[in-house]
Amino acid sequence: MKPALPSDLRAPAPWRRPGLWFAAGVLALVVASAASLDLQWQQFLSLEALHSMGRFLGEFYPPDLSPGLLRQVLVASWETLAMSLLGTGLAAFGGLLLALPASRLQAGERAWLRMPTRWLLNALRSIPELVWATLLLISAGLGPFAGTLALACHTLGVLGRLFAEALENAPTGPAEALRQQGVGRVQVLAYASLPQVLPQWLSYTLYRWENNIRAAAVLGVVGAGGLGQLLAFHMGLFHMGKTATILAAMLLMVAAVDALSLLARRALMR
Amino acid sequence: MNSAVRRAPLRDPAWRSRLALCGALLVLLWPLLQATEFKPWILLQPDSLAFTGRFLASFWPLAGGAEFLTMLARESWRTVAMATVGVALGWVMAVPLTLLSTAALSVSALSGRMARGPFWVRQLVRALLIVLRSVPELVWALVFVRVVGLGPTAGVLAIALTYAGMLGKVYGEILESGEQHAAQSLLRNGAGRLQAFFHGLLPTCAAELSFYTVYRWECAIRSSVVLGFVGAGGLGQQLDNSMKMFNGAEVASMLLVFMALVALADRVSAGLRKLLG
Repeated sequence: MKPALPSDLRAPAPWRRPGLWFAAGVLALVVASAASLDLQWQQFLSLEALHSMGRFLGEFYPPDLSPGLLRQVLVASWETLAMSLLGTGLAAFGGLLLALPASRLQAGERAWLRMPTRWLLNALRSIPELVWATLLLISAGLGPFAGTLALACHTLGVLGRLFAEALENAPTGPAEALRQQGVGRVQVLAYASLPQVLPQWLSYTLYRWENNIRAAAVLGVVGAGGLGQLLAFHMGLFHMGKTATILAAMLLMVAAVDALSLLARRALMR
Repeated sequence: MNSAVRRAPLRDPAWRSRLALCGALLVLLWPLLQATEFKPWILLQPDSLAFTGRFLASFWPLAGGAEFLTMLARESWRTVAMATVGVALGWVMAVPLTLLSTAALSVSALSGRMARGPFWVRQLVRALLIVLRSVPELVWALVFVRVVGLGPTAGVLAIALTYAGMLGKVYGEILESGEQHAAQSLLRNGAGRLQAFFHGLLPTCAAELSFYTVYRWECAIRSSVVLGFVGAGGLGQQLDNSMKMFNGAEVASMLLVFMALVALADRVSAGLRKLLG
């Protein structure tokens, strides 16, 4: 006869294992989703579709490198970069202003504005940049201005929340020490709380900038300026050579921004 | 004795450099404002203001009606379904790519340096992952809409490819940053790579891997709305249609439903965290 194992070494009963429930739930959701969508796998995986896919990809080569297009791409790339920078910058500034009412700086503080501000930030955050862009086109008109504002709106929601959380999680020692000395609230904020969270805030901002350069590149598809506008135009006309050049520019710019942001963050960490 | 007591400077000692930094930023700002045609006063022009006002005023009362609400429910489900199938397909692609690319399962690396062949295979797979995730999903969708036509297939494929790249990269990082000891002992004693993965790496990393996957699913729901704007169906496409007809009431209802959807996904993933954590 085998000796009984102590209870904490025995495998739990199957219905007590959350992992199994999780896996079953995921499987059910995936099956239900796949069944309810009219996906055309046969059509997509047929030999004919693969042929047309191959032909389509083949048309990307050779990329169009005529000086006229290159100049256009360069201008659009600069526009995209400027949109991402300005959008992120505006959002960081707004986030700085909204993070203060959205956080409880002192234990036991009432913080009346905390919940309403957080709701506002959540609403801003849950609408994607592209949807913001289509909404803002109505009042800002076609072009990069609407795109910049759209990036700023979504990013403000994200950064405001991250900033507020960083502020609330910062060690309270220095602020408390100043407060004990009778230093005013504004000065406590400027000399104790902000210096502590600033590196983290900058690092969050850089991370959002990496995200925003990707978003800015495609915002033009709805008419909000930048490389995306050029891409949508040439793709719509089936100028595949030109499309290839624009895509390459997009990838290069994203890679460059990633590298730059990585370097900046390393410098911050040091 | 008084010399020991130095008064703290009343002025911020670093004010000069701070001021210089602000000035430099302002100078850099100018070309950016030029490039983005940043003219906030456009928003305040009377006709633009009147138009915006009329559009916003038409938000209330929200669109109702049984027909509209059924459509809304159907399209919301399609949005979630597109995200779910897309992430599932991306996951199916990401798992083998992760197993190929992670250095945590390298046998030759056990004895110092990784052999040249396996090293280059891993670099190649990593490059593939980078390409997959650096093309935005909207661009993939534009490509697939041309090949398979309008509809959710293009959206699912676009999400699957981008998310395969993201999941593959982060899965690899999670596996490499986890506890390596168990897997390495297994490999040293002659276990296969898959055995080492299932018994050495997976047990310690499973929670983190599933958190990240659920988080990505949440992001995919947002992506799938956006993909609707290029014809992949779902909430995004309806939103685009209503926007083109300036039907403020429908736009407002859809935005509210969409925010609720995102909040719900947020809750579900927080609940799962608690359940698994």
